[in-house]
Amino acid sequence: MTAPAPVHQRPMLEINRLEKRFGETEVLKSIDLRVAPGELVFVIGPSGSGKSTMLRCCNRLEEPSSGTILLDGEHVTDCRGAALDRMRLKIGMVFQGFHLYPHKSVLGNVMLAQIRALKRPKAEAKARAMEMLEHVGLAHKADAMPAELSGGQQQRVAIARALALDPKVMLFDEPTSALDPELVGSVLKVMRQLRDEGMTMLVVSHEMGFAREAADRVVFMDGGVVVEAGPPGAIFGNPQSDRLKSFLARVSKAAE
Amino acid sequence: MRFLETFFNGAVMAKYLPDLLSAIVTTLWLSAVILVLGLSLGLALACLRSLGRWYLTLPIVAFADIGRALPPLVVILICYFGLPGLGISLSGPMVLILVLAAVLAAFAEEIFWAGLTAVPKGQWEAGRATGLGFARTLFEIALPQAIRMGIPPLVNRALAITKMTALGSVIGVKEILSVSSSAQSFSGSATPLTMAALAYLAIFLPAVLLSRLLERRYSWAV
Ligand SMILES: Nc1ncnc2c1ncn2[C@@H]1O[C@H](COP(=O)(O)OP(=O)(O)O)[C@@H](O)[C@H]1O
Ligand SMILES: [Mg+2]
Repeated sequence: MTAPAPVHQRPMLEINRLEKRFGETEVLKSIDLRVAPGELVFVIGPSGSGKSTMLRCCNRLEEPSSGTILLDGEHVTDCRGAALDRMRLKIGMVFQGFHLYPHKSVLGNVMLAQIRALKRPKAEAKARAMEMLEHVGLAHKADAMPAELSGGQQQRVAIARALALDPKVMLFDEPTSALDPELVGSVLKVMRQLRDEGMTMLVVSHEMGFAREAADRVVFMDGGVVVEAGPPGAIFGNPQSDRLKSFLARVSKAAE
Repeated sequence: MRFLETFFNGAVMAKYLPDLLSAIVTTLWLSAVILVLGLSLGLALACLRSLGRWYLTLPIVAFADIGRALPPLVVILICYFGLPGLGISLSGPMVLILVLAAVLAAFAEEIFWAGLTAVPKGQWEAGRATGLGFARTLFEIALPQAIRMGIPPLVNRALAITKMTALGSVIGVKEILSVSSSAQSFSGSATPLTMAALAYLAIFLPAVLLSRLLERRYSWAV
């Protein structure tokens, strides 16, 4: 008989037999994934393999067809209405397209959900927003409008907006794919810093260099299943499946 | 001299000025009430439609389509002369307000709705993902952007509707056109009509200029 896992070993995010169908098409076929507290799990895979759908199921932007998702032991999949809104406060999400609110200043973007969803007093929300903007190196842009910022700066504001709600886990869906190459570094730097502070992170990205250096574990998805998972050294250095081998070959050819 | 005599007769002007001033006041308050009612009803309908329930969408779309298709004068005449047959007697100003506000609401609903559908899906997702509920996301994120997109067409529509207060002249509302055209027939001079045109300019030219300011105030780069 095995001893029960110690409390601190309980996964922060737990995805069990997650399935998602859009009509007839099966996009996720029984995904199992655990992310330990403070772990950075990196998800790679060809376009259309279901990476975004998996992330979006974690905060129920997509409704899973079946399976369960737990955050720090609490069911995400059972929540409805206001309980789901409260659950989403604990799950930060960063999108490929930033999605900053164009009619609000940078500060307004970072304060909105703090005030309206978390019900923080305004002064406290502002202080927290400034602290987070400082963190991503953009405190001096607090009064700017999103359109006045570069893509890299917008994405860092989006990260600050999510962090200001004190989430337990951060989901990143190709956070640097929409950026000019010279701006990618500034966003990765913030993500590395977050990781070093102990944030739990699930990251979908094509930045293989960043995965090698910062990921605790790399998960390779293809066709709606997890084909292979392991430490970055093993995934990149010693891929087992043919699908992963050909994917890595294609990616490195594209990078040349 | 014939020209001045016909269109700018000083004695006629002096005689009818007091009547015309009170008609201007009438036109102004009618317009204000119509704008407030019409725009808020249009906004409320667009918000209800965003809930995506067919039993709300269906009547709202029917109202908007019919309201935009019917000539307002026809509806005004039906309400003023037809409703009393059903035992419902509304005063002229009341009919004018209700009909024009409803027509404005029909157009405004479509404009607000077009704005709402043009707000990128990612804006909704960003709001919902940060724990904002449907209503909060609608009011704090989607609507401000929808309203901003709707301002130019809304301003045009609002101006067009307020100018239609002149239709009140056919049902005895003492607004600018009816007062000046009866003055014209009493005096036999076209001067009161000139005064009406000047009065409309005095009201609507500043309104047009104000709308330009408004458009600038509510624009932000995207
Ligand atoms: N809302 C949707 N309706 C129908 N099919 C969808 C929808 N969203 C995604 N898909 C399909 O699901 C598959 C996986 O998409 P996605 O999760 O975006 O993949 P990835 O992020 O790995 O590129 C794709 O084939 C895509 O066409
Ligand atoms: Mg994707």
